[in-house]
Amino acid sequence: MKLLVIEDDRETAAYLVKGLSESGYTVDHSGDGREGLFLATSGSYDAIVLDRMLPGMDGLAILGALRAAQIRTPALILSALGSVDDRVKGLRSGGDDYLVKPFAFSELLARIEALLRRGTQAPAETRLRVADLELDLLTRTVKRGDKIIELLPREFQLLEYLMRNAGHVVTRTMLLENVWDYHFDPQTNVIDVHVSRLRQKIDKQFEHPLLHTVRGAGYCLRAGA
Amino acid sequence: MPHATAVTIAEKLRLPAARPLPSAAALLRRAQRLVRTHAFRLAGLYFAVFVLSVLGVLFFVYWTSADFVERQTETTLDAEISGLAEQYAQRGLSGLVQIVAARSAGDRGDGMLYLVATAEGRPLAGNITGWPVGASASAGSLSFQIEVPGKRGEESHPARAKLFVIPDGYRLLVGRDIVEEVNRTAERVIAGNLSDRVPRLGTADEFDQLAANLNSMLDQIERLMAGMREVTDNVAHDLKTPLARLRARLELALLAPGNTAAQIEAIRAAIGEADRMLATFNALLSIAEAEAGAGSEAAERLDLGELAAAVAELYEPVAEEKGFAMRLNCAPGVLIRGDRHLLPQALANLLDNALKYGASPAGGSEITVAVLREGGRAVLEVGDRGPGIPERDREAVFDRFVRLEPSRSTPGNGLGLSLVRAVAHRHHATVALADNRPGLRVRLEFPEWTAAAE
Ligand SMILES: Nc1ncnc2c1ncn2[C@@H]1O[C@H](COP(=O)(O)OP(=O)(O)OP(=O)(O)O)[C@@H](O)[C@H]1O
Ligand SMILES: [Mg+2]
Repeated sequence: MKLLVIEDDRETAAYLVKGLSESGYTVDHSGDGREGLFLATSGSYDAIVLDRMLPGMDGLAILGALRAAQIRTPALILSALGSVDDRVKGLRSGGDDYLVKPFAFSELLARIEALLRRGTQAPAETRLRVADLELDLLTRTVKRGDKIIELLPREFQLLEYLMRNAGHVVTRTMLLENVWDYHFDPQTNVIDVHVSRLRQKIDKQFEHPLLHTVRGAGYCLRAGA
Repeated sequence: MPHATAVTIAEKLRLPAARPLPSAAALLRRAQRLVRTHAFRLAGLYFAVFVLSVLGVLFFVYWTSADFVERQTETTLDAEISGLAEQYAQRGLSGLVQIVAARSAGDRGDGMLYLVATAEGRPLAGNITGWPVGASASAGSLSFQIEVPGKRGEESHPARAKLFVIPDGYRLLVGRDIVEEVNRTAERVIAGNLSDRVPRLGTADEFDQLAANLNSMLDQIERLMAGMREVTDNVAHDLKTPLARLRARLELALLAPGNTAAQIEAIRAAIGEADRMLATFNALLSIAEAEAGAGSEAAERLDLGELAAAVAELYEPVAEEKGFAMRLNCAPGVLIRGDRHLLPQALANLLDNALKYGASPAGGSEITVAVLREGGRAVLEVGDRGPGIPERDREAVFDRFVRLEPSRSTPGNGLGLSLVRAVAHRHHATVALADNRPGLRVRLEFPEWTAAAE
């Protein structure tokens, strides 16, 4: 998988390139907006990570130019600006995800992986399955083995998101943004309690737990430990 | 300049001329007769003359007003006149009289003034009782005084208008109440539309001067706001970049091989510290932005009850875990105009506070979230059964970094309520703290959304 990082701050860029390379990606880097745009249009990247404020050309302008040129490479915007308005603007101008600086590296990794998966998913799927856990999007029912599991509407959405990202780490912020559509830091551990309620329902009476906590990162739904 | 004299509004029926206004039916009959006898024959020609004069004025206005905003509002008056001209062309004088009567019927909240009069100045329809005394009989702009019912009886308001001579000497006047206009502009500016301006007519009189001054003041405010926003953005960028570096270094250090358990613990603690600093910093930035009213274009129609229920749902499991009962009492269909992202954040801060400080010492802790409609206001209330906030502190807790003595042991920065207040102000809402007997009750009152306000 090939990534393009457009980031002008030398130190942040070095950290990104190092971290992403160590995580198994091939990484190109540009410290300038115009050059970044040139690379993004010419190279074939699986995803782009770009800073919002760049010399030469603003990150949002780069995205606008890319999308206008029908280049749909998924893009994650990094920004020091964290207000809701800024996020909304970033996502409207063609960004697929938005991460506020500074961020935990695990958060960035989880989001890049989610972006890369998005393109490969069969959209017409009506039934999701992880081990013996099955979620039917049409009848809105959940079964584990042959036991029917009753979920509240929000729990259903939460499980759907976890199942769509099965085998990968999803962070608390990703859950808050994608399942609840909230873009603020709720301070209290609200997400953890929702997840543990869901865990009660899908894992409690079964031998092999599926919903795992990943320390310092988030959660992961997968078969096996 | 035509001489300005007082005339009253039609509803008040104080006529400057001795003759009383004829009844609407009589007017209509007379108008219809007129139409049959004269207008039919020459309607085509009349219309051409009328439209040409409108176009001429439009052209003139376009070239004489340097300012685009002026041009736009001028165009509103002219658009109104063109619309009436079209009515006249299609339906003759009776059509014009009918439509002017219809437009003048409602309350004058929009400040528009209308009058159709005979060549002698006798009114046929409109919301001005008589022809402004001293106003010239030929086409053009004029200023005059009108009397309107105000808070303390009759008030005299300056007005200005455009005048058109319809064939046969009938005259059409379309104008605006200047005071009403300034008020409405002020309301729109307060509502967050910082680029709105008082329309100008280019008459160079004292009212036009006043409008010009108001507008340059608004220009200045808008520039300051833009400057503030830029500073906030730069500060955010310049302060966060070093923080981002610091955090990145710590994370890399964590990954380095050969760390002892104690080192790992120390690095983790440092990352946690950096994150807390950052959270504070982000909270301050959010407050500054909400206060600056930046991005108020994000406002949309929202169902306050649904919004409150959704946030309550997010907090319900935590509340239950901490031994609180969460009670929801939301009336359906309470609509407001607001920001879909900021409001939940404000409500989340209130619920966070209720969870942190609102536990009942006597047991039976509960949090109530209510949405209701009261006297044309949309009300959102969050109540708890904790110790509450003594009356003398109820102002201070909204200030940044203020935390009361008993709360010092719980984590927090004293910024939650500051954001609540900033978000409330941005929505023209009031926030008040009250005694919930026992506990704290926070009450937000929003202007209710109405179709008319759109
Ligand atoms: N529901 C409540 N009951 C009693 N006291 C409260 C309540 N809510 C707020 N207060 C008092 O008001 C102070 C200010 O509240 P505010 O939400 O602004 O800050 P905080 O909760 O201390 O910190 P932060 O919200 O930034 O995490 C609190 O420290 C507390 O003393
Ligand atoms: Mg608080």
